[in-house]
Amino acid sequence: MSKNLTHLQQLEAESIHIIREVVAEFGNPVMLYSIGKDSAVMLHLARKAFYPAPPPFPLLHVDTTWKFREMIKFRDRMAAECGLELIVHVNEEGVRRGVTPFTHGSALYTDVMKTEGLKQALDRYKFDAAFGGARRDEEKSRAKERIFSFRSANHRWDPKNQRPELWNLYNTRVKPGESIRVFPISNWTELDVWQYIHLEQIPIVPLYYAAVRPVVERDGMLIMVDDDRLELKPGEVVQHKSVRFRTLGCYPLTGAVESTADTLPAIIQEMLLTRTSERQGRLIDHDQAGSMEKKKQEGYF
Amino acid sequence: MAHQSDLIEKDILAYLKSQEEKSLLRFITCGSVDDGKSTLIGRLLWDSKMVFEDQLAALEVDSKKVGTQGGAIDYALLLDGLQAEREQGITIDVAYRYFSTDRRKFIVADTPGHEQYTRNMVTGASTAQVAVILVDARKGLLTQTRRHSYLVSLVGIRHIVLAVNKMDLIDFDQQRFDTILGDYRQFAAPLGFDSITAIPISALNGDNIIESSVNTPWYQGPTLMNYLETVQVEGENVEKPFRLPVQWVNRPNLDFRGFCGTIAAGTVRPGDEVRVASSGRTSRVARIVTMDGDLPEATAGQAVTLTLADEIDISRGDTLSVPDAPPLQTRFLEAHLVWLHDEQLHPGQSYLIKTSCAVIPGRVTTLRHVVDVNTLEQKQAPTLRLNEIGVGLLELDRPAAFDPYRLNRATGNFIVIDRYTNATVAAGMVIAAAPEILQPQELVAGGIPAPTAESNAATRRIDLGSRFINGDEGNLVDLTEEPGQIEFAVSPAFLDALAQGNRVLFRLRSPEQLPPVALLAYEHSLQCTFSRAGDRINLILFSGPAITVPLDEGADTGL
Repeated sequence: MSKNLTHLQQLEAESIHIIREVVAEFGNPVMLYSIGKDSAVMLHLARKAFYPAPPPFPLLHVDTTWKFREMIKFRDRMAAECGLELIVHVNEEGVRRGVTPFTHGSALYTDVMKTEGLKQALDRYKFDAAFGGARRDEEKSRAKERIFSFRSANHRWDPKNQRPELWNLYNTRVKPGESIRVFPISNWTELDVWQYIHLEQIPIVPLYYAAVRPVVERDGMLIMVDDDRLELKPGEVVQHKSVRFRTLGCYPLTGAVESTADTLPAIIQEMLLTRTSERQGRLIDHDQAGSMEKKKQEGYF
Repeated sequence: MAHQSDLIEKDILAYLKSQEEKSLLRFITCGSVDDGKSTLIGRLLWDSKMVFEDQLAALEVDSKKVGTQGGAIDYALLLDGLQAEREQGITIDVAYRYFSTDRRKFIVADTPGHEQYTRNMVTGASTAQVAVILVDARKGLLTQTRRHSYLVSLVGIRHIVLAVNKMDLIDFDQQRFDTILGDYRQFAAPLGFDSITAIPISALNGDNIIESSVNTPWYQGPTLMNYLETVQVEGENVEKPFRLPVQWVNRPNLDFRGFCGTIAAGTVRPGDEVRVASSGRTSRVARIVTMDGDLPEATAGQAVTLTLADEIDISRGDTLSVPDAPPLQTRFLEAHLVWLHDEQLHPGQSYLIKTSCAVIPGRVTTLRHVVDVNTLEQKQAPTLRLNEIGVGLLELDRPAAFDPYRLNRATGNFIVIDRYTNATVAAGMVIAAAPEILQPQELVAGGIPAPTAESNAATRRIDLGSRFINGDEGNLVDLTEEPGQIEFAVSPAFLDALAQGNRVLFRLRSPEQLPPVALLAYEHSLQCTFSRAGDRINLILFSGPAITVPLDEGADTGL
């Protein structure tokens, strides 16, 4: 073995260290599992951290009820394969009030079904630490967030009052009701994630691979017609195109890209040659300037 | 994003293979707002093609809206993450940025250069292997250049790039550049860096950032990117004696007992003898277990699980090492402390000391001196305040394993946590184990020794809980019936109540009882009023703003 660790070996070791530290220091941790590629890597790292035991915490999925069907299928399969308890939480009040991405706009919908849903679940199960798969290279406000990111009892992030984070010594202390969001892959970039998936042969949702799928063009994005709840607007036509997704979320808010990349190397090749960063496929970041920072202060991941 | 490699298009699998061997470099940039630090990092991201098209579009919009370059692209805006900061036009916290070339992946800690933000720089530097110190070519070395250099040396960075920026504004004057470098070498000599590399650059125009500049034909050294891609920093901990701080004991069933942790130094193989720092017992490594199969060897930086040949008692916080070069195992430390919090150090107060994997209550018993980060002079001080650096003696409730920080950053560091607020209040770097003899036997307040449990077996311990506030005791601590020595155990509820404005009356039998009450006020930064009531003494403790006492008029303030 080479004495010098490669960048991926170093990132992997750092992430495993973080994951173990949480389990050693918190009473009731949970892993937020969003089913995307970053979650896939995070889950894989957790399995490595505790091998031969399964990770000693449950997975939590905050289901907005608008996820791609393939995501849900994949989620259930992974939880079963890893031997992990899967908690699925839906904001029932949001459902009762009929909040959908179509009727209430993406900002309110996201707030109610994702942010509020997440807070409800964290409160209900009294988790004191929640792993998330966010990376600092995704968005500018994330670049300054700590790996162990403190949340007040009402889940707020205070960017001006973050605990200094030195070396690999993480302050895990919280009072009752307070919690820490932990981002084990903070220092990974999108390319690192893809390279690692390739190297470790980590399973990902098939939606990342190109296939012919039914889509409509809406607001400059290609939206997949994943079920019959997507009502066509005048002039919209369902087309069958070879598309794939660079990022996964709620299907009415997630744009597909036209692509024929149906293997992992082809996806990575396409990513390296393309000139648009991944979150652009998500509507929610464009709502307002500094929108991610505002959402995060309010408790969004 | 377009990596330069043609391989991506022609042979993606070969490209991916070539990327597997990339190394990782973490570095920090230091400089003031005006030195062009954010511009420099923005430029590195830009020139290594790590700026996406939509980010570029956003950058163009932002540059017009809040940019400082008159509507032209303001690279600094790529860095300044938080909206509030952007509006102020300054970076106020540590931000991490990422870029990579075909040879290396880079993690950049971007930290501010203002005096009040020593805290952020130490934070950013703690994980960095190289520091890029920016100097404005027009201004030369400033006080802050010296401060930054001291801080990065303190935190253990061995390699310095002196990036002499804005060379375009002095017509790329070689003589000026040489003078700055000469001054710097002279100043930095006592700091003992392994290497200092000075590079004449213009962050704004890109001179000597990626490509050698035609404007500096007299400069033969590497460009900044060239330096960052090739500087050798890896493997520094691999040659050192083996250390594994045990982070987690993995015990899924009775047949498996694995000790998990990140190897802090050295190399380990199955069959190696290892020693447990806390007990001195030894065993042999049976397996190095990973999900990808057992390893024949593991080295510093890897997160591993070891099983041992013998069942010996090991728990989280223990350190495994080679038997013939074990770490210090001690309750008494001498350490550098960097104070990170608005609330100052309270010598004698119990804090939580978090080391690699162990969390142990402890206190700073003595503050030996405070270092002036601008002049490096040592001076006496009663406490450490935000952004101050000092050398203190610490006493832990239980022994922990350490190495001197200069020998190993990973096992010589700790953080200090306030038990009441949970804030991270200080960063510590171990200088040495402190001989026990140096530890004061008694805490000293106002020159009068306070009683401790050790010094007098008859000491009575009085628990100050919330019952003294608005409870049956009615904000009164009556000591008039206490015959002997007393000491106080203070609860967070008691301090919280004081912080909310409650006042507590201490009724004393005699002046002999003053020291423990005074110590209580001292340790928790409480204000105190004093009055005689016949034979008795009344003291009222309360929380309030510190009263500044001019040194030469102390006797006249009525305290």
